Amino acid sequence: MDIIVCVKHVPDTTEAEVRIRPDKKDIEKVDLPFVINEWDEYAAEEAILLKEKYGGTVIAITVGPPEAEATLRRVLAKGADMAIRVWDDALEGSDGYVIAKVLANTIKAKGLKYDLILTGAQAADDGYALVGPMLAEMLGIPHATLVKREEVLDGRVKVHRELEGGLEEVVELTLPALLTIQTGINEPRYVSIMGIRKARKKPLEVLGLPDIGMSPDEVGPAGSWLEVEEVYVPPAERVAEILPGGPSEEAAKLIEILKSRGLI
Amino acid sequence: MRFELTEEQMDIKQAVREFCEKEFEPELARKLDREEEFPWELYRKACKLGFIGIHFPEEYGGGGYGVLENCLVVEEMCRADSTLGTAIILGDFASEIILRFGTEEQKERYLSKVASGEWISAGAFTEPAHGSDLAACLDTRAVKEGDEWVINGVKTLITNAPIAHFFITLCQTDMEVEPPYRGQTLFIVGRETPGLDVTKIGDKMGIRASPTGEVSYSDVRVPESAVVGQLNKGFYHSLTFFDESRIEIAAQAVGIAQGALDRALRYAKEREAFGKPLVRHQAIAHKLAEMATKVEAARLLTYKAAWLIDQGKLDPALSSMAKTLAGRVAVEVCDEAVQILGGYGYIGDYDVERFYRDAKITEIYEGTREIQLNTITRWMLKR
Repeated sequence: MDIIVCVKHVPDTTEAEVRIRPDKKDIEKVDLPFVINEWDEYAAEEAILLKEKYGGTVIAITVGPPEAEATLRRVLAKGADMAIRVWDDALEGSDGYVIAKVLANTIKAKGLKYDLILTGAQAADDGYALVGPMLAEMLGIPHATLVKREEVLDGRVKVHRELEGGLEEVVELTLPALLTIQTGINEPRYVSIMGIRKARKKPLEVLGLPDIGMSPDEVGPAGSWLEVEEVYVPPAERVAEILPGGPSEEAAKLIEILKSRGLI
Repeated sequence: MRFELTEEQMDIKQAVREFCEKEFEPELARKLDREEEFPWELYRKACKLGFIGIHFPEEYGGGGYGVLENCLVVEEMCRADSTLGTAIILGDFASEIILRFGTEEQKERYLSKVASGEWISAGAFTEPAHGSDLAACLDTRAVKEGDEWVINGVKTLITNAPIAHFFITLCQTDMEVEPPYRGQTLFIVGRETPGLDVTKIGDKMGIRASPTGEVSYSDVRVPESAVVGQLNKGFYHSLTFFDESRIEIAAQAVGIAQGALDRALRYAKEREAFGKPLVRHQAIAHKLAEMATKVEAARLLTYKAAWLIDQGKLDPALSSMAKTLAGRVAVEVCDEAVQILGGYGYIGDYDVERFYRDAKITEIYEGTREIQLNTITRWMLKR
């Protein structure tokens, strides 16, 4: 089972004070710590678990500047076999379409073999959830989004998808396929000292646009379909819903609300 | 000159930080502090991830890294929680003596079991009558009888004593030689050896999850293969070990100080008094700035002392300076942290009082502040 896992290095805003950049096109990222995208952490863990079960290799790819290698080293330390980082300064400001195209061209240019491609269901920063499905389309393979469980069968993969209201859908895809992974599918392992040591000896290849047959005018804002007009902090609102009735009615209603939002 | 950790070192720091963030529950720390119990489950998890024995070579189950990387682990653990951190990072205490002076057989037998978390180690140096004065003629004596050594005596205030599987014990082996420290030898004594007895010493001010005890030896017989390093060179081996181990204690102090600073800063940002957050009051802001400055100075000195050992350029004076400064900084920063939290800082729920209690030991064990100053002075006069 050869698996490619696509990961993104994103700003960690959990403890930071987020400020909008003066041009209002993005948030100020200069002083923020960066981490692996949470969804990708689960995707990488799933890829490594599958490798441990079925053998094969795990290749991690990211599109990002040199700092993004911290995320690749992390995935290598957890058990991936090799990593590829693609970057060109022209890629700054690319949308999901461009990133998917870069990933597809990387996979093709390097002739990477795969049975599965895993991505996070979405990114913690822009949250579009575009790259996975677009990449699958570009490679001409089937995909399933928001995967909570998967089972590899002979030449196929059976997956449980998370739907609204706590529902699950079970679908089967022929391999090779792309799955976008939902958080909670597994329990990501900790990075170990032995892993860090091994990661140092694993290949981490750096590619530029010419290596994957692309030119700067195909990427960045020039090649993107989406343009961010403005990023702003939504005005603070105070909305409280008071549930009517006695305790048991209130509890029933509360459970209903939580279920309908997929929170329990 | 490069004042920067390598990527690998940053990855190590990050790995420890994430582990602690998820696993170190304040509730558990408070409970173990109250009940004076060792965090066994956490310890085994930490060992499994390679955090203990990170500075042992890979062939003995270690991480193959150096003293500096070990300091990074120690610092992050103690920063996350002073009580859980100190207890865990001391689990392999004194096994460095085997690492530096032991035979191949001893390293194979002991180090991999320590790194895996199966065995806890202890170093038995301090005696009731002598305290820090190891150069004296020790009351714990080993006498050769046939091909065995017979040990009699008492060691006290021994870290890990109630949970250790073996004790690296400093004994007087030549009672005549002058000065007496030229007649001391180190032995590895297993917990199960007949005649060895341990009594727990309770009710410590701090580091209460790290058990301490008294070890008594009554006609304890060990084979010749229990000798670590050279006969009658135990004192010198011990000093070399202390030059290394006190850097680890310095890292512990840096971690505790940073942890107290983190908590004080968080509180000062959230808590409002006289109509604005505490950090907007200059009296508090300047306190925090001074705390941060001290922590950074202690950290740099500690890293340098560790780095020197890894470069094969051990500097005993610098090791002592690192421990003296870091220990003082830990106590001062914790003191100020409690002050910033005010009444809440004095209560267990806010943890800084526990950090404060845990910080004090760093000025006492592994050579008191006064002993460190002796070492520094001695080296100054030599140069």
